[in-house]
This record gives sequence, C-alpha cells and structure tokens, in this order.
Amino acid sequence: MTTVDLERATVRELNAALHALAGGGDAWRVLHPKGKHAIAAGLRVPVSVRIEGHVGYYCAGMNQRAEVTVDGHAGTGLAENIMSGVVRVTGNASQAAAASGHGGLVVIEGDASSRCAIGIKGVDVVVGGSAGHMSAFMAQAGRLVVCGDAGPDLGDSIYEAEIFVGGAVARLGSDCVEKEMTPELEKEIAALLERAGVPAPAGAFRRFGSARRLYHFQVDHSDAY
Amino acid sequence: MCGIVGLFLKDQALGPQLGALVTKMLVGMSDRGPDSAGIAIYRRPAPPGTAKLTLAHAAPDFAWRALAVELGAALSAPVALEARASHAVLLVPGDAARARGWLAANAPGVRVTSFGERIEIFKETGRPADVAARFALPAMEGTHAVGHTRMATESAVTTEHSHPFSTGPDLCLVHNGSLSNHNRLREWLRRRGVVFSTDNDSEVAAGYLAWRLGEGATLHEALAAALTDLDGFYTFAVGTRDGFAVLRDPFACKPAVLAETDGWVAMASEFRSIADLPGADRATVFEPKPGRVYAWSHAG
Repeated sequence: MTTVDLERATVRELNAALHALAGGGDAWRVLHPKGKHAIAAGLRVPVSVRIEGHVGYYCAGMNQRAEVTVDGHAGTGLAENIMSGVVRVTGNASQAAAASGHGGLVVIEGDASSRCAIGIKGVDVVVGGSAGHMSAFMAQAGRLVVCGDAGPDLGDSIYEAEIFVGGAVARLGSDCVEKEMTPELEKEIAALLERAGVPAPAGAFRRFGSARRLYHFQVDHSDAY
Repeated sequence: MCGIVGLFLKDQALGPQLGALVTKMLVGMSDRGPDSAGIAIYRRPAPPGTAKLTLAHAAPDFAWRALAVELGAALSAPVALEARASHAVLLVPGDAARARGWLAANAPGVRVTSFGERIEIFKETGRPADVAARFALPAMEGTHAVGHTRMATESAVTTEHSHPFSTGPDLCLVHNGSLSNHNRLREWLRRRGVVFSTDNDSEVAAGYLAWRLGEGATLHEALAAALTDLDGFYTFAVGTRDGFAVLRDPFACKPAVLAETDGWVAMASEFRSIADLPGADRATVFEPKPGRVYAWSHAG
C-alpha cells in the first residue's frame, strides 16, 4: 500500500507517480484531497486508488484500466472521457459525471447532478440515487442506469445510448421515448448492478432511448432555420 | 467566472471564529476571482434606537472622524465610528434613513455599502487574501457571512462594482453568473423607488429582492419569484439579518456545492473552499438543485 497525503504532496506529484507506474501491483491511498482538482486523472495501468475524502473537478478523468474510488463527494466532470476501468464515488457527484466516456464503468452510489452521462460513447454509468436534469444529453453509446428518479429533459437529443430508470422521470427530452423492457435486458441490468455493487431498486426498470427522429434533416422543419 | 461563499453558523460557539473561517473560504476561491473580493458579515447588533452603516471612500486617508462629528451634529446625537482601511462602520441614532440622506447630500465620494442592524460589508479590488487582511477580517466574530471573489465579465473592475451588493436593510447578495434582463428590470425597479449605485447586473438582483421583501414577501417567496422575473445564469447566496439562502437558476450552469454539519451550513462555488472548515471531511455534501430555494434562519 502506497499512501500519498495531499497536504504534503501536490496533485501534480501524485499524478506523475501514478503515470510512471509500469502496471499492476500496489494499491494506493490518497489522503486529504480537500476538493482539489484533477486528482488521479489520466491513469493508464491497472492500479487501485482509493481517495479518502471529497474531491474537486475532473477526478479520474480519461481513466484507462485503473480502479479509482472516491470515498466522499466528487465535483464537476468526474471520470470525464473514461476509456476503461472503474471509477466509483461513495457520496454524490456534481454535474457532467462520466461526460463523453468511451468505456469502463462509473458508479455513483449517491445522487448524480445535472448532465450526468452527457455525450457518453460506450461507458456504463450506474447511479444508486437520482440523476439531475439533462442526463444522457446527446449520449451516443453505452448505458445510464438510474436507480432513483431522473430530472427533467432526460435523454435529450440522444443517439444510441440506452437509459434505464428505476424511479420517476420528471420529463423526457426531445426525441427521447420509452421503449420496451425485455427479460434479456432485465438480466443485463441486474448483472450490471451486481458488478457495480449497487442494490436494485424496489420497482422495475423502465427503458428509454432515441426515437431517431432527429437523425435526418426534415424539410418540414426548414422554416425553423 | 467568480467565486461565491457563504457560512451560516448553527453552533454559536463557533462565532468567534467566523471571520477566520470565512477568510479561508474566500481565499480558497482566489483562482475563480482574483480581481476583487468582498464580504458581508453579520455581527454585533446595533443597540436599540440606533442603526449601523458601513461606508467606503476611495481615499485611503479619508477623514472619517471629522465626517462622524459633522454627521453627529446634523443628527443631534453622537455617532460612534470604527474605521477599517477604506471603510468605516458607524452607529447612528434612529433608523438609517436620515443618516443616509445627510450623507448623500453632504458627503460626496462617500458610499454606503450596507445599512441595518447587524450587517457590515467590506469590499475592495485586489487579491482575496489581501482584501481580507486589509479589513482584518480573520479577527471578526459573527453569526453568518457571505463573500465573493470577482473575475469581472459584465462591468468594470472597481470597488463599487465588487460584491456583495446591498440594497435593503441587512440584506445582501453575491452572484456568480450574468443576468440578461437587468437593464429593463433596473428601470422597472427604479420606477418603484429602488435606488441603484452602479450599472452592475448583480446589483439589480439585490434590488429586486429588497423590493420584494419591502412589499412583504418572505425571503423564500422573494427568491421563488426571482425564478420567474430574473433571466440569465446565476447562483446566488443571500444574507439577511437572521438568515442565509442559496438559489440557482433552472439551468444551473454555474457551480455550487453545499455542505452541512451540526455546527454549520456552508455554500461555495467549489468544495475546496469548504474543505478546511472544522468537520468538513464528515460533512454531508451535495449540490443544490436547480430552481430550488435553500434557506436557513436563526429566527427559528
């Protein structure tokens, strides 16, 4: 176990040490994050990093293969553009969590704020609590699973990502519609929740996705431009 | 970009540390607002029959003592004075209206930054750490405070344009964002008697709340009405004589984080301003929801 105290070391020193790892091995503990930005960003090897406290913006951004856990609250842009690996927050996450993520898994055990999973391109995002407005905005691929409620304009202008909500949906965004939930999908979501270590909600999940009405220019709308 | 902070003490045993704690919060937002800083702090209530004013003047050696003597003569009662860098806190007899009227007519260059029973507002251009030191903020006690670090986008970098803005008794507002209907709303409020000192958009929000409160609305009602009447981007932190409130616009593009313990409620643009408060590592931390009024009060 390697411990780095951010009251003694800088974030730059911590990240440089993590970037220099050849791969695998030791687990890392990070103490006193105190809301600092870009902690454990840009990791590329399978290493386990546990951050004990609340983090600021862009924590674990661009993550590849590493497993990063925030034992606290995460600021804006958690796991932004994640490629692979797992990023977990035990508390709540601020806006734009997992933005444009390509792969891997992001778990928010508490609530996610607005624009969660905005523009995702393949990552799986699991929210144990509720998600704020405009979640999965323009999401292209991947899955957003919200065990609680989803805020207004869910899935606005969504492409081919899929959304599953266990609670209430305040309002669907433009071109986002409810779709049929199948037994196969139920099994897939149950497996994803198990991998995420998040208990399944009491009610059944509903599935949402693109109506694909915005994919092509429609001459009927030409007056709008 | 700007930084805003607010600290409301639930445990008054922390009162003597309020200035030191809120200084840390303000300095924590230096990167978001390096050009000016300001603080509204609620402390030492004016004795019954008196009102408290905070005044500011551009001249560093302004003769506050002489001004207090002249004002006392005009009001036929002594005026207590405490000078603090470019500002001064005055205790005047009666309510603040006569004193403000006399100052407006007889003291050119003197600006009233706050008036009421408890509020004191200190604000200046400069780095937040320098501004806090200039006013000896760390040594101040109190019950609650809101502060602002400014990176100007909408109007000039001057002390007058710095936050907090106060347009009513014991009321102040700090703002991160920009309002788009402030010119029209300013004229509308002027016709209803609200007086503005600058062309700043945030001052219009403060004036709007003061007008609503003056019409009899509660702070909660005034902020809920602001959601309809103010157009633009905003996270507001608002201080009143006994209370503290936070409001974000329905799009919530401007950041805000709230943290609460048994001892305090803190709001900041980013958590790093809250991180050094006592017990912050065990605080409940959450993001205020868009379009929802969050308010706390000592009045019970």
